[in-house]
Amino acid sequence: MINNAWLVPAIPFIVFMTITFFTKRFKNLSSWLSIAGILASFSMACVILRELSMSGQRHYEFSLPWFESGEFQLEMGMLVDPLSSIMMVVVTLVSLMIQVYSRGYLSAEKNVDFSRYYSFISLFTFSMLGLVLANNFITIFACWELVGLCSYLLIGFWHHKPSAAAAAKKAFIITRLADAGFLIGILCVGFYAGTFNFLNIEGLIHEGQISSQILTIMAVLIFIGAMGKSAQFPFHTWLPDAMEGPSPVSALIHAATMVVAGVYLVARTYTMFDAGPNALLVVGYVGGFTALFAASIGLCQNDIKRVLAYSTLSQLGYMMLALGVGGFSAGMFHLTTHAFFKALLFLAAGSVIHAMHSNNIWDMGGLGKKMPITAIVFIIGSLAIAGVPPLAGFWSKETVLMAAYSSGHMLLFIIGEIGALMTAFYMFRLCFVTFGGETRKHDAHPHESPWVMTIPMCILAFLAITAGFIGSPYLNDWFQGFVCFDSGHAAHHRGEHSGHQLVMIISLSMTGIGILGAWLVYGIKAINLDFVKKTFIYKLVFNKYFFDEIYDVIIVKPFVGLTKFSVGFDQGVIDGMVNGVATVTAGCGSFVRRIQTGLVQSYILAMMVGIIILLVIWMWGG
Amino acid sequence: MNFPILSWMIFIPLIGAMLILCTPKGMEKTIKGLALVFSFIPLVLAGMVYANFNPKIADLQFVEKILWIPIFNIHYFVGLDGISISIFLLTALLTFLSVLISCNITKRVKEYFMLFLVLEVGMLGVFVAIDLFLFYIFWEVVLIPMYFLIGVWGGPRRRYAAIKFVLYTVAGSLIMLIGILCVYFTSNPHTMDILELSKTCTFAREFQNIMFFLFFIGFAVKVPIWPFHTWLPDAHTEAPTAASVILACILLKMGVYGFLRISFPIFPEAAIYFAYPFAVLGVINIIYGALTAMAQNDLKKMIAYSSISHMGFCLIAMSALTVTGINGAVVQMFTHGAVTGSLFMLVGVIYDRAHTRNIDEFSGLWQKMPIYTGLMTLAVLASLGLPGLAGFIGEFVCLMGTFVSTFPGFKLLAILSTSGVVITAVYLLWMMERVFWRGLNPKWEHLTDINKRELLAIIPILIVIILIGICPDLLVNLMNVSTIQMVKGIMP
Repeated sequence: MINNAWLVPAIPFIVFMTITFFTKRFKNLSSWLSIAGILASFSMACVILRELSMSGQRHYEFSLPWFESGEFQLEMGMLVDPLSSIMMVVVTLVSLMIQVYSRGYLSAEKNVDFSRYYSFISLFTFSMLGLVLANNFITIFACWELVGLCSYLLIGFWHHKPSAAAAAKKAFIITRLADAGFLIGILCVGFYAGTFNFLNIEGLIHEGQISSQILTIMAVLIFIGAMGKSAQFPFHTWLPDAMEGPSPVSALIHAATMVVAGVYLVARTYTMFDAGPNALLVVGYVGGFTALFAASIGLCQNDIKRVLAYSTLSQLGYMMLALGVGGFSAGMFHLTTHAFFKALLFLAAGSVIHAMHSNNIWDMGGLGKKMPITAIVFIIGSLAIAGVPPLAGFWSKETVLMAAYSSGHMLLFIIGEIGALMTAFYMFRLCFVTFGGETRKHDAHPHESPWVMTIPMCILAFLAITAGFIGSPYLNDWFQGFVCFDSGHAAHHRGEHSGHQLVMIISLSMTGIGILGAWLVYGIKAINLDFVKKTFIYKLVFNKYFFDEIYDVIIVKPFVGLTKFSVGFDQGVIDGMVNGVATVTAGCGSFVRRIQTGLVQSYILAMMVGIIILLVIWMWGG
Repeated sequence: MNFPILSWMIFIPLIGAMLILCTPKGMEKTIKGLALVFSFIPLVLAGMVYANFNPKIADLQFVEKILWIPIFNIHYFVGLDGISISIFLLTALLTFLSVLISCNITKRVKEYFMLFLVLEVGMLGVFVAIDLFLFYIFWEVVLIPMYFLIGVWGGPRRRYAAIKFVLYTVAGSLIMLIGILCVYFTSNPHTMDILELSKTCTFAREFQNIMFFLFFIGFAVKVPIWPFHTWLPDAHTEAPTAASVILACILLKMGVYGFLRISFPIFPEAAIYFAYPFAVLGVINIIYGALTAMAQNDLKKMIAYSSISHMGFCLIAMSALTVTGINGAVVQMFTHGAVTGSLFMLVGVIYDRAHTRNIDEFSGLWQKMPIYTGLMTLAVLASLGLPGLAGFIGEFVCLMGTFVSTFPGFKLLAILSTSGVVITAVYLLWMMERVFWRGLNPKWEHLTDINKRELLAIIPILIVIILIGICPDLLVNLMNVSTIQMVKGIMP
């Protein structure tokens, strides 16, 4: 099966082509075709994962030459190794769940173009799998841009909505800006390494062929690309706006898969980060800052999807933090579990929105009785993300914090713990406000969603509970052993177990305080926090630290001014000069023409004048 | 192969033009048919050229060399190599498609198609001529029909645009003519043969510099290099759709091609000497073109400025004088031709229906024209360099070629150029948002989607774009060997 791994991305691609060219008119056929395709891909991905974990070989590589130019040989290829095979399963599984769910979610809208939706989702799945499997920088960059395109098309799925159109454009442009950094990084890699292949580059690094300063520069440039895709500070502003897309799209692209591509990229090129001193520190601190920063915004948003979006930002920060402190497996482990519970949370939120036709949590309330399944799975997801044992998030967050603790970066560890507190608080704020209490909006008639929506949610809820065990001591830390970083030189510190209890106690109490706080404030309303709303800090946080406004002033406005200036310069100065030359020439022409009157008398007169002048000059000079 | 296929390709359109000239004015259908047939035959022959071209040979192929004017040692000398074949084939394809897309012309049909075929003669000739004199003749042949196409069939300000175009180009080509004459009289024995000039004649350094500069003016106007560019937006805006396509796809490439065929091989030392100013102009083209495109409201003007921006990639990549750089310039020539050609055709489609190109007047066209929107999205994505489509290959190879240059400082220039990629995405997506997304402007309720004839003209070029994006080897492989030889000749 491993030798046929190309089929996994190929199937969604074939589906995409089929829908686009043949079954566009048959909406139901298109959707079932897409679901069948992703089911096949998922089964194959599982088989591949199993075969790989059984086999002794660490990786299998397949590639085809793409083109050759001068000294460069470019290839298109795949690398099947633990990292990519795990990701393959995650991507296909979440994609399958979302595609089933979307059938129910979208049919509520009138005249939904299923064909367009499913063709984009299939294209996305293809590109994401291509990204995951890529064995070189060119392939990964190509797929990287393609997933960005799909994100653009799907955020703007309701293209007639101006807000969706603006959000789609914003997402594409901000990630594109970051991708310019990635592209420069790739150019550096090509120049200094002479190859784009990951394994070859790793080989060169192990041999010490590339100086560590150059490696740091390359790693940081690549990380800029990763920051854009994973919406790390300061590129974070596009992700909350991307919630304009349909909820299943947010679940698939903007929570579980595409946004983690940045984390995956860092993991994929980890050797470069590891060998370049300080590169990992940059990753860790950017991640840590984003984790805290986004969590704080999440505390006071009122749109259910936006809270989840900030939560995604914050969790992505955690993954980066883990990678930054050397916790390679920890970061990837958190990525995996997060994919399940965050997809679940978005689907449940979608189910609520589907029922309420509103995103505002203060319109909701008392939904626990009316939509019990949705409420239960949402609470499971919240428990998982808050890190309550033994759910998935507990194990992965524990590994992340453990890695931070044992690396000795105490500041990052503290950030992680405070982030955990905030996470627990804002998630349970959502739970209590949405599902507890009394109904606030009476004209809505919420009802439980149909089975096509609840079944995928239940499956994901099951995973949100159990997925953590693959990295728990009960299964011998299987995940950490399977997906681990081979630094080339042995004796790389990998999570010594000292301080394990301490870390666990701290983080569990953080989770507990967070949940308790939310219960006191929003559950039984024992504490009234209204006085906070008047403070400056609240306003600052509520308005997302005014980053959209700041960017508008320091980037957008000057840029628009610059374009206006260049147009003015073009028309006024350059074209003005051109037209000036033309006018002067024409003027001279018409002046000369005036002399040529056609009257013989005037010619003779001119001649006489000329002769006299010449005579005068001659006599003067002579 | 003894069959003089290149000459046939060049002169068959001329025969067509003659036939059209003899056809009575009223028989418009016959005229259109003749034009289609006589632009299709070169396309078929182009297919044969592609099939018989051997990419492993660096030298000229399909050579025809006949002594033409013995006293001046001028030859009728044509041939193709890796540098020219791609753009030569594209010319044949795009001319046919342009004839196809202009079948809805009603004004002075006979003259229009006759001029179009004459134009094809000039364009095909420029890319195969290996004799400076012949090159110059074809170069000027292109000018006259284009002047009339803009001046007669153009928009409201066509006179102004046509005269501006012609004055600019004539000024440039006269200066180039001086250069040609100087080169001719300095070479010993006197020759106009580009191959011989680049292989055997070594000119003094100062002479090379002066000559490089004279040719530079001639080519720079065509590319166009900042600040010689202001004729382009006017010409593009006023020209009829098909003429815009030809202008953007072929005429601009004549400038870049001129550098690659004449300036660099004949004046190699000057090419190295001028590498920095050349590259800096390239960066200016990229950024300035993109910024100016951003603030345009007219679709055609925006694409015209985006052409200036994209041609900057050719310039900077060429000036790096690396194999990948030169490859990049040639690839970019081809991909930009295909991409911008499709964009102009698509803009023509909307202009025929709405009679305006003002971006702000549109809104929500997606709802009325879904197929058209899909095609436009594809072309726009290709233009902003999305991998999997042709534009990316051109830009990436150009940037890579610049980055690996041994000239210090070129890395910085390559980094600056990437900003062009970002700005391009900004203005193109902003345009898409304003024209196709958002709610439908009720004014455009009556718009109909793209029709079959238009599809027939646009689909082939989009297929080329996708094909090159997925298998760039089809394109890059054609030139690699010739480029290696060329760079060896320039860099010691």
